[in-house]
Amino acid sequence: MNFLERVGKTTIDFFSYAGGLAELAGDAFRFIFIGRIRFVETLNQCYVLGNQSLIIVLLTSLFTGMVFSLESALQAVQYGVGSLVGAAVTYTAVRELGPMLSAVVVAGRVGAAIAAEIGSMVVTEQIDALRSMGLAPARFLVVPRMLAMLVMLPLLAVFADVISVLGGMYVAQSYAHISYNSFILSARQAIGFEDVGKGLLKSLVFGFIIAIVGSYQGLSTRGGAAGVGRATTGAVVISIILIFVTNFIMSYLLYGTH
Amino acid sequence: MANIIARIDDVELSFGEKIILKNCSLDIVEGAITCIIGLSGAGKSTIIRLLTGLSKPNSGHVYIGDRDVCHTPERELDEVRRKIGMSFQFAALLDSMSIGENVALPLRENTDMPDDEIRKVVTDALESVGLAHTFDLLPSELSGGMLKRAGFARAIVTKPDLVLYDEPTTGLDPIVTHLITDTIVELRKKLGGTAVVISHDLNSIFMMADYIAMLFEGAIIAYGSVAEIKASPNPIVQQFLGGSEVGPIPI
Repeated sequence: MNFLERVGKTTIDFFSYAGGLAELAGDAFRFIFIGRIRFVETLNQCYVLGNQSLIIVLLTSLFTGMVFSLESALQAVQYGVGSLVGAAVTYTAVRELGPMLSAVVVAGRVGAAIAAEIGSMVVTEQIDALRSMGLAPARFLVVPRMLAMLVMLPLLAVFADVISVLGGMYVAQSYAHISYNSFILSARQAIGFEDVGKGLLKSLVFGFIIAIVGSYQGLSTRGGAAGVGRATTGAVVISIILIFVTNFIMSYLLYGTH
Repeated sequence: MANIIARIDDVELSFGEKIILKNCSLDIVEGAITCIIGLSGAGKSTIIRLLTGLSKPNSGHVYIGDRDVCHTPERELDEVRRKIGMSFQFAALLDSMSIGENVALPLRENTDMPDDEIRKVVTDALESVGLAHTFDLLPSELSGGMLKRAGFARAIVTKPDLVLYDEPTTGLDPIVTHLITDTIVELRKKLGGTAVVISHDLNSIFMMADYIAMLFEGAIIAYGSVAEIKASPNPIVQQFLGGSEVGPIPI
């Protein structure tokens, strides 16, 4: 295959993939819009996808908040602006770290789980069985997972925000002797509810990306166990890339145009 | 003249360079059991996937009643599929649900039937395949033969017009094979519908078939009653029925 053929094939594959994602998302939203939702299964997925990710999100957020505070406190105290550490940690946690970190962690755990589960159903003909009964996989499988992610990822991001700020506050106090009062005062001056809202909006979009990419990768699985492995890896890699790209675009649109 | 419930009309289907079906035509007679025989990899299972719209041909038509399922949008196809029951080679039960929930699924999702009535219908369907005691068990707790019969129960629970069985006896011991063959015949008698069975198992086929179609190199090369197929002058059919290595079928 020569260079031009490779470029052509890559371009076709890209648009084919994007079209497939858009079609699946369109189908899922159509079922949500007409109220064809499996509520019990959606609640079950909220537990499976959300609750079971809580510990890993809390741990990663706690230590990231702590290390960020450690680094910034060192610099801030050196330049005599220790009172700004609270603002720096909170500002970063609420606007970027909380939504991003929780999304990346959940993409690794939940995106992979969605792709593996649906992929296994493809290779064991369970998806064909659903379709042969007149049941659309988009409604039966994708909608509950998508709704669960749209609800649970913003909630996880709130927990991530809180725990990373608390971790940062503890380190700032114990390492740089910045009092809790000073940290909180500085944080309150730096961010408002608008910032929290924008962070949660990001989480909502990231939740959609994780669910739809995981589901699409799973439904596109071909070739037995090896195919499930490829679909799972692809779900994580593609979700994380899309999360980073989308985060930049959203940050630019939400914060960068002022 | 017999009514035709489904028709495959001059279908061609290929996966990449590999041609699976070519000039393939077959009528499925209403109320009869039609068995499709052929070599492994001949495309038998592809035929029943075509009948449910799970696969689309490159050319030709597949009709269920008057509806060409090849050119029906996916959303409308769901309506057609609800009149068809399909039993998969490896049962394809949803492993996260109990046997009862699996069998209840098409009723729960596609009808407004109340829960207590669904339970009764599902229990009846499981009883008809000898699995009444498995209602609360998971698919992983059943043997291969029981899984296939649970798949039958799911396929017939809505009393469909057409039931498709993909390799119902493959990989099973002779006793379970006999049991499953009897089950298919009994279900057809009880429900009065039409069945298409894909199988290699000639003994089972001769026990249950009203019509037999032989698929070879992508086309139906012989079609008729059991007696007609047994007496077929076609050397390919005779070699297949005799299980001989010598003949026109390339090994």
